[in-house]
Amino acid sequence: MNMIRRLIPYFKGYGKQALLAPTLITVETICELILPLLMAQIIDVGIADSDMGVILRMGALMLVISCISMTCGTLSAKYAAGASIGLGANLRSAEFDQVSKFSFADIDHFSSSSLVTRMTNDITNIQNTVAMSLRMLVRSLMMMIVALIVSFTIEWRLAIILLIILPILAAAVGFIMTKCHSLFRAMQTKIDALNEKVQENLVGIRVVKSYVRADFEKEKFRTANDDYTSAGLRAVLRIVSLNPIMMLCVSTGTVLILYNGGLLVLGGELPIGQLSSLLNYVMMVLMGVMMVAMTLLQYSRAQACCDRIFEVIDTEPDIEDGPLAQEQLPRSGGKVEFRNVSFKYTKTGSGDDVLTDLDFVAEPGQIVAIVGGTGVGKSSLVNLIPRFYDATGGEVLLDDVNVKDYPLEELRGRIGMVLQNNVLFSGTIRENLLWGDPNATEEEMIQAAKDAQAYDFIMSFPYGFDTHLSQGGVNVSGGQKQRLCIARAMLRKPSVLILDDSTSAVDSATEALIRESFYHNLKDTTVILIAQRISSVRNADKIIVLDDGTIAGVGTHEELMRCNKIYQEIYHSQLEGGVDHG
Amino acid sequence: MANNGPGRRNNPNPQRPKNMMATITRLLSYLIKRPGMLVAALLMVVLSSLCSVAATYMMRPIINNLTDAVANGVSELPGLLTSVLQLFLVYLVAAACSYGQANLMAQLAQKSCNTLRKELFDHMQTLPLRFFDQHTHGELMSRFTNDADNVQMALEQSIVQMLSAAITFVSTVVMMIYLSPILFLISVVMLVAILLVIKIVGGRSRAYYREQQAALGALNGNIQEMISGMKVVKAFTHEDAAVQEFRELNENYRQAASKATFYSNAMGPISGNISNIAYAITAAVGGALSIIGGFDIGGLVTYLTYSKQLSQPLNQITMQMNNVLAALAGAERIFAVMDEEPEIDDGKVTLVNVEKHEDGSLSLHNGEGRVTNWAWKLPQTERGKLVHHDDGHWSWEPRNGGDNFRLKPVTGTVIGEGEDACELVELKGDVRLTNVDFSYVPEKQVLYDLSVYAKPGQQIAFVGSTGAGKTTITNLINRFYEIQDGSITYDGIDIQGIAKDSLRRSLGIVLQDTHLFTGTVMENIRYGKLDATDEQCIAAAKTANAHSFIRRLPEGYNTMVTADGANLSQGQRQLLAIARAAVADPPVMVLDEATSSIDTRTEALISKGMDALMKGRSTFVIAHRLSTVRNSDCIAVLELGRIIEIGSHDELMAMKGRYYQLYTGQFQLS
Repeated sequence: MNMIRRLIPYFKGYGKQALLAPTLITVETICELILPLLMAQIIDVGIADSDMGVILRMGALMLVISCISMTCGTLSAKYAAGASIGLGANLRSAEFDQVSKFSFADIDHFSSSSLVTRMTNDITNIQNTVAMSLRMLVRSLMMMIVALIVSFTIEWRLAIILLIILPILAAAVGFIMTKCHSLFRAMQTKIDALNEKVQENLVGIRVVKSYVRADFEKEKFRTANDDYTSAGLRAVLRIVSLNPIMMLCVSTGTVLILYNGGLLVLGGELPIGQLSSLLNYVMMVLMGVMMVAMTLLQYSRAQACCDRIFEVIDTEPDIEDGPLAQEQLPRSGGKVEFRNVSFKYTKTGSGDDVLTDLDFVAEPGQIVAIVGGTGVGKSSLVNLIPRFYDATGGEVLLDDVNVKDYPLEELRGRIGMVLQNNVLFSGTIRENLLWGDPNATEEEMIQAAKDAQAYDFIMSFPYGFDTHLSQGGVNVSGGQKQRLCIARAMLRKPSVLILDDSTSAVDSATEALIRESFYHNLKDTTVILIAQRISSVRNADKIIVLDDGTIAGVGTHEELMRCNKIYQEIYHSQLEGGVDHG
Repeated sequence: MANNGPGRRNNPNPQRPKNMMATITRLLSYLIKRPGMLVAALLMVVLSSLCSVAATYMMRPIINNLTDAVANGVSELPGLLTSVLQLFLVYLVAAACSYGQANLMAQLAQKSCNTLRKELFDHMQTLPLRFFDQHTHGELMSRFTNDADNVQMALEQSIVQMLSAAITFVSTVVMMIYLSPILFLISVVMLVAILLVIKIVGGRSRAYYREQQAALGALNGNIQEMISGMKVVKAFTHEDAAVQEFRELNENYRQAASKATFYSNAMGPISGNISNIAYAITAAVGGALSIIGGFDIGGLVTYLTYSKQLSQPLNQITMQMNNVLAALAGAERIFAVMDEEPEIDDGKVTLVNVEKHEDGSLSLHNGEGRVTNWAWKLPQTERGKLVHHDDGHWSWEPRNGGDNFRLKPVTGTVIGEGEDACELVELKGDVRLTNVDFSYVPEKQVLYDLSVYAKPGQQIAFVGSTGAGKTTITNLINRFYEIQDGSITYDGIDIQGIAKDSLRRSLGIVLQDTHLFTGTVMENIRYGKLDATDEQCIAAAKTANAHSFIRRLPEGYNTMVTADGANLSQGQRQLLAIARAAVADPPVMVLDEATSSIDTRTEALISKGMDALMKGRSTFVIAHRLSTVRNSDCIAVLELGRIIEIGSHDELMAMKGRYYQLYTGQFQLS
């Protein structure tokens, strides 16, 4: 099966356990199958000949075998647990590694919540299935095979009936299961849809209540709920039909063997005792088949999870390291150039170009500001520089070398970026800042915090730099969060610093101080900043006015004020109300 | 327990439910709702068990007859075919019953859980916001996922399996005692040993399971955080460190989970092999007994078969017990949510469409043409009635000792007669907060003695630092929360007397955090007014200046918006939220930082639309940007839950107080 073939490499490190578990369970099964034979010795030889010695010897042997069986069974449980959990850990690791190589477009494509599910629920499901099959499947297969062999040695003319029934049974089970896979997948989709409805109602409960949409939402939920129930029922009812089919096969087999065996007995060709034990083994064979079928059923459920996991692992990150070696790279200067760049989000839909034919240069040490309305492509533009996305046309150059030629780590190492959706991670402020440069000294860190105007508020916390931030940094205000993110980026001492509207929650006076430190402490750093406020950009060396994905004007504040209509509009929209407060 | 994230689904080891009997009864009430199916299913369980037992017994006479025939040298047995066919028939019935039972139980379980989920969701919609503040989303989500799934699993399988296991166990024990009380002593020892194993190994398994859950919580937390912050990780080329940290947590989980899984897996082979050991001892002792005491062979063989089977139902019950306990604990948590008090909503005043006549009187809108006027419809209640006086005017009089109904003279139009009479008061948008005190939690008061009012058509702005209580005010006007003291009136009517649906329908709110729903852009705009045409939605989008960016989206208005909205920027989402409010066209607007993520030029562009949106409506505006609020009729500066200054822009500037400082940049808001 495809799934198994895909999974085998991920047993790495747990191969011994993965092999020992089925081996030991085989021994256990054989032990269990031997027990009735020894018991027959007690009855046929011991009791029949009234030989107490045989009875005690056989009894002792059975005891020893039971103990072996217990040891093997328990160890097999241990190894199966180790192997399946180990497999899960390996898979999870592989997924995480892969996601860490993803481009932004890849992450957008999967959405982070779906990636999380694929790393948690889906893997747990695989783990359980593998644990089960390493033991149950092997056990039932062994039981089936051994019992089948024994049946043939007892009376092949009767055992042959099994060979007629088994294929029919296998075909029936197979037929039901092929459908199950798609039914389970359909069910999973419905579960996702249902969860999504709940989730967005929880998140947007204020909107629902404000617009008095409870009934509307209830109706949407009812539809999703009913869809899930009917999809679930379709899958479950199909599985349920497995049971009677199997029972029917088992009973047909039993009845046929009983009748034909009876005739053989009457004909004197088969001792009656043989018929009894044959019936027992036939039962074992068919029970084995049932267990195998049940395990395979679990497989079809796991198959869906497996598909989703490998979808992630198999995704080739669409952005990979460039070909240049370390020594071929230019010296880090900070010159950024866009030549004829156009861009569209190919993964998320056909769509029009978000950016068209952009041309501009940011010289080393310059401060270049980008202004423009919501959704004109400002963030898209800066995301092209560290190759979070790749330009779909033209080229982006850093220090006169196409960014696509840099090894990613080298490229991004030269760029400090403060994203629009800032994220701080759980840990202390110090740990968060050191993301910028793990080897930074205490002095450097304090300097960066001061430059970002974060030092004072950090020191106002009882634990200073050792203040613990909870996930997402919810215990600091928006403005504080932004300043920490700026400090983090500044600590990198990058040759290009990009700020994507990252001072929006910082008040203007503080922002002015931060800008001040750009001029004084980042003389050699090229700063590209996206901002809403004219006050934030008016001192920039170059201001790029972006409109509808194209450059509508480039120049200094004074130049643009003279001749750029859009810039003038922006300016006037902010003139009233004077200073803008954050 | 709320933040263990996903991955808790395969929960073999539940917390124990607190009030088991009550929960069981209540859960069963869902099954009993479909009595026919339930009775039929249970009957089939019994019938299929009986058939299985019968089949075993029917084998005996066949074998016995064969034995006799062979012993008597008869080579033909005329009854053979008939008895074999009879056996087959019983098998058929057993298979049919087993199918019927499983089918019915599956349907019962699925449908009961469907009802359960539906009731849970419906109830959740009625709960006050306070409830959602107190519970994390993850916690509430898991009611629908983990808890409901566990209940479903238990209903589908556990009940039937436990029932049949119990039947098997009891009947086996009875047969064993009947066959040989002496040998049964060995089995008793075995049973005690198995129970001990279940207790010891099960205890270990539970202990390690707790460890595993802790490790899983840490791991899932890390996955959640790192995956959602992956873009920042990449911006800082922090991938290696992230992978390293993840590996450690992954390894911790692996070790804990391996142990936990081992102990729960080991239970089966250990108890199964204990019964094998007992089987060996019984065989030896039984053999010895039959030599010494003449215990018959047939009895011994049967006894041994039973002895070998005995551990199975025990194992089954133990396994199912975990599922059942998980289900009951889940059901208990679901019921706890369903027992939460819904939002208080006993207001009788409703919002209606009216026509306004030249003499200023109102009549109910006949349903044709465009709605031009809204009015509050005040019906008579058990506490107040309308009295028609001889001079032709109407007045409200208390009844049944009611005293807090609106007992002012009638200001609107009275329509109808007798008990059906009601007053129509034109909706003008006169909102007054008088001496309002409020706190979310008793120990921390948020608003103190707050009084502010909006005359119809006025724009009232609130400015102040984060935490000053601006958003709280909008929450109170909406009646998301109940005030502790003071009053809020709407066109002279206390909002507590207004039906919540009507109150909220009269208010258009654009919230600070924009929440969109899965669906197309068009559907999201239409959320404001469900029967709006495409043209109306597009017009609203144009008002909000959202049209130009929507046009550029891959599928235009048909572009799917995902719940986490990865494909839209915060500013674009806000524009959609404004379009949504515009299409709703409500009499009063509340804009809570509605334009905070929109650049000033776009804001200037939509300001015309916003002006149109606000014109003739009372509007409450909350904004950081003073440019946004400067044109308001009235600006209230809030600090620590109190209004410290109030007046128009010019008045406030003249006062040279806090607003002046803010405006001139001498003081910054935090």
